[in-house]
Amino acid sequence: MLRWLPPNISEYAQGIDTLFELIYWITVVAFVLVMGTLIVFLIKYRHREGHRAEYIEGSTKLEIIWTAATTVIVFGLAMLSFPQWNNLKSAPDNPDYVVQVRGEQFNWYMIYPGPDNEIGTEDDLELENELHVPEDKLVQIILTSKDVIHSFFIPNLRLKQDALPNRFLDNIKFQAREPGTYEIPCAELCGFGHTTMVGFLHVHTQEEYDDWVKEQWPE
Amino acid sequence: MQENENISHEHDDDEQHEHAHDDNDTPQHTHEHDDDGQHEHEHHHEESFIRKYIFSLDHKMIGKQFLIYGLIMLFVGGGLALLFRWQLAYPGRPLPIIGASQQYIDEGEIVTSNDKRWDKIFESEKEELMETHFPNGVIEDKTYNMLFTMHATIMVFFVVVPILVGAFGNFLIPLMIGTRDMAFPILNMLSFWLAVLAAIVMAAGFFVPGGHAGAGWTGYAPLSVDPQWTDVGWGQNLWAISLLIQGFSSLVGSINYITTVINMRAPGMTFFRLPLVIWSLFIVAILLLLAFPVLSSALALLIFDRLAGTTFFTTTPEGGGDPLLWQHLFWFFGHPEVYILILPGMGIASELIAVNSRKPIFGYRSMVYAMIAIAFLGWIVWGHHMFQSGMRPGMGSFFMTTTMLIAVPSAIKTFNWLGTMFRGSIRFTTPMLHGIAFVSMFVIGGLSGIYMANTPVDIYIHDTYYIVAHIHYVVFGGSLFAMFGGIVFWYPKMYGKYMNDTLNKIHFWITFIAFNCTFFPMHILGVGGHMRRIANPQFYDFLQGFEGMNIFITMSAFTLGFAQLILVFNFFWSMKRGKVAEKNPWNVTTLEWEAPTPVPHGNFAQIPTVYRGPYEYSVPGEESDWLPQAQPEHAPASAGD
Ligand code: HEM
Ligand SMILES: [Cu+2]
Ligand SMILES: [Cu+2]
Repeated sequence: MLRWLPPNISEYAQGIDTLFELIYWITVVAFVLVMGTLIVFLIKYRHREGHRAEYIEGSTKLEIIWTAATTVIVFGLAMLSFPQWNNLKSAPDNPDYVVQVRGEQFNWYMIYPGPDNEIGTEDDLELENELHVPEDKLVQIILTSKDVIHSFFIPNLRLKQDALPNRFLDNIKFQAREPGTYEIPCAELCGFGHTTMVGFLHVHTQEEYDDWVKEQWPE
Repeated sequence: MQENENISHEHDDDEQHEHAHDDNDTPQHTHEHDDDGQHEHEHHHEESFIRKYIFSLDHKMIGKQFLIYGLIMLFVGGGLALLFRWQLAYPGRPLPIIGASQQYIDEGEIVTSNDKRWDKIFESEKEELMETHFPNGVIEDKTYNMLFTMHATIMVFFVVVPILVGAFGNFLIPLMIGTRDMAFPILNMLSFWLAVLAAIVMAAGFFVPGGHAGAGWTGYAPLSVDPQWTDVGWGQNLWAISLLIQGFSSLVGSINYITTVINMRAPGMTFFRLPLVIWSLFIVAILLLLAFPVLSSALALLIFDRLAGTTFFTTTPEGGGDPLLWQHLFWFFGHPEVYILILPGMGIASELIAVNSRKPIFGYRSMVYAMIAIAFLGWIVWGHHMFQSGMRPGMGSFFMTTTMLIAVPSAIKTFNWLGTMFRGSIRFTTPMLHGIAFVSMFVIGGLSGIYMANTPVDIYIHDTYYIVAHIHYVVFGGSLFAMFGGIVFWYPKMYGKYMNDTLNKIHFWITFIAFNCTFFPMHILGVGGHMRRIANPQFYDFLQGFEGMNIFITMSAFTLGFAQLILVFNFFWSMKRGKVAEKNPWNVTTLEWEAPTPVPHGNFAQIPTVYRGPYEYSVPGEESDWLPQAQPEHAPASAGD
């Protein structure tokens, strides 16, 4: 099942795949045990002439055992997830680059701060559906929306966050490891053009990226 | 307990007299009811057609009405799904039959119409319905949104709840607790006719300019608020109004169920002698009573936003509303709602499994406590639908914890079903097959829930086909299999005939296999990142590999859809042609089988007294392997032949 995952190029989100795999194995084992038991019961205790069911009303001991076992497993999983979740959904301390992304029916607008590193100034650059970042650098996204709720989804980075109108979320960050071009679909229904709302993440090597910067802000 | 029994007694006296001239033609009525002209009429032998089949006050007839209503809506909802499944398998290709368009035949290709729509958006010219929704026979993107929105809305609000709660609740509650009717027959009738009204309003939405609602069954604001974002006008309003009406219907129904179960149990029928299906319906009624008003208020605010210019769910600098408010209200209702969808299924499955294993329910009390636990915990997990909506990580962790917690009672129930089969004497009747399918499908649905409850993993699979798979494993694999099993199981009591068992078995196997072929691969799509609610997966590079799988899913879905015709054919055919049923064909202990078949007005010749719990099968020392609840100690079986 997990081989269907698109390649994971995120430095941060490797843990998601690990957890995915862990839960996968836990659930596969649980599934096989339960279904195995069910099938054995169905065969072994099928109705046979002259054979009577046994009158069993329950067993407090068993109830306690399986309640405790499930509780331990699901809470174990929860404990493993807390630190990751906190890490994944909190704003970065010292991002190398900051880009503001605005969802607007039916495009992603990427606003680069330019040489002064500040958004909302003269030298900002706004591109449609193009997110350029250098590899291995910590990038922070400030996410917002102009109209309805969109969802910024980069499958290869295992990253997803809803974009809310008039709110500026700063909790999105990534560090991409593989240069290349990746799709940025919108994952939240946003109207009749939702299907075709897609942007592109261009991960460059550092030199390529520097060239791109020179091209955009010559002088 | 003493108090409860008193109430039941009082009630019985009342009712028995009223019904006396109905059942045995002995006019010995003494109560003031008889001056009441309406009551007099209501209990007349010769009820007019309208009284009997249309504006019926009889809980059994209302139950059957809800059943037929739900089955009709099942086909509407299913048909919509098949339409958009076509689009997912063959994006941009005209629909078969309805879509055979000249342009496609001539040119072999179709231009998409989104560009044109931009120009058209504020114009209000009337166009042909088919031309707007299916230009050139192709489902255009906006229509696609409408189709899946209405599919889910209909399935959740007009199929599963009306059948599981409306039909089974109405038919079973009075019969299984041993009384003559619901506490409030007129409210009961009102509940059904409000549901019909809601369905009519909902259907009207398809025919208004701009098409029907297209903001998803979850109707997220601000998309659902402002027509400028969707190009949908009255469709969305009618959607909201219809759900408001449906809310009143549920409210009225749930008050009735709660009152009936609390006050009208037969003598000896203590709470812990109630069959599990009655427990589940009782708990569901409480959930409906508390949850639906939250949705209703949200819908009312939405209507204000749309029609009166308020800004509860939008963010304008002056307005001060918030789109997230909608999500909180919706899911505060929505999560209890999903348990409303499954709890009656759990109850029905418990009956089917105990009866056909000829064994008491394993851990009856823990089954009840598990349902109560689910009903409580269901109120504090709603945030798990909003993990990616920007909540603080701490809140996410809180909701992850509560969600994990609610998986525990679900697991307990599964283990208890297995325990019930342990050392049983299992009969593979059709209802049992459905019961087994319920358990196994619910296991898959519950396990897939764990992935999504896990917040880091949910970041990736949220809003993908993984969720779609999960929903369908619990609601179709769970609730609908229980519904099929319940229909086959209680059909002899409902209509006094047997359904054709060969057809039923064929229906079961095709449904079971086609269901898994349809929905299991959706987990894989989800793992591949395939978003839900998109009209054209082929648009994305990273989804290119899934074309074959989408086609496979669509073909399975068509098989699944057409297999349901077998059930419906059998359902109506057996009413006329079925073999006449015995009183208690499956040898069941509970009270509904004490009533004569077909069940007369007033249900029981005499209100039964209950001597024991509902699952006394294979009791040691007894000759037969079942001890009816109403059979006095040390006396021969009163029912069965
Ligand atoms: C073991 C128990 C369960 C767990 C842990 C669980 C967990 C979840 C989670 C976390 C989500 C949100 C996923 C997301 O949107 O990212 C979800 C969605 C959903 N669940 Fe469950 N669930 C469980 C059982 C059920 C049951 C019994 C039902 C209904 C009969 C159900 C119906 C749904 C539906 C309809 C949605 C999707 C709502 C939507 O977005 O349209 N779930 N579940
Ligand atoms: Cu979108
Ligand atoms: Cu939920």
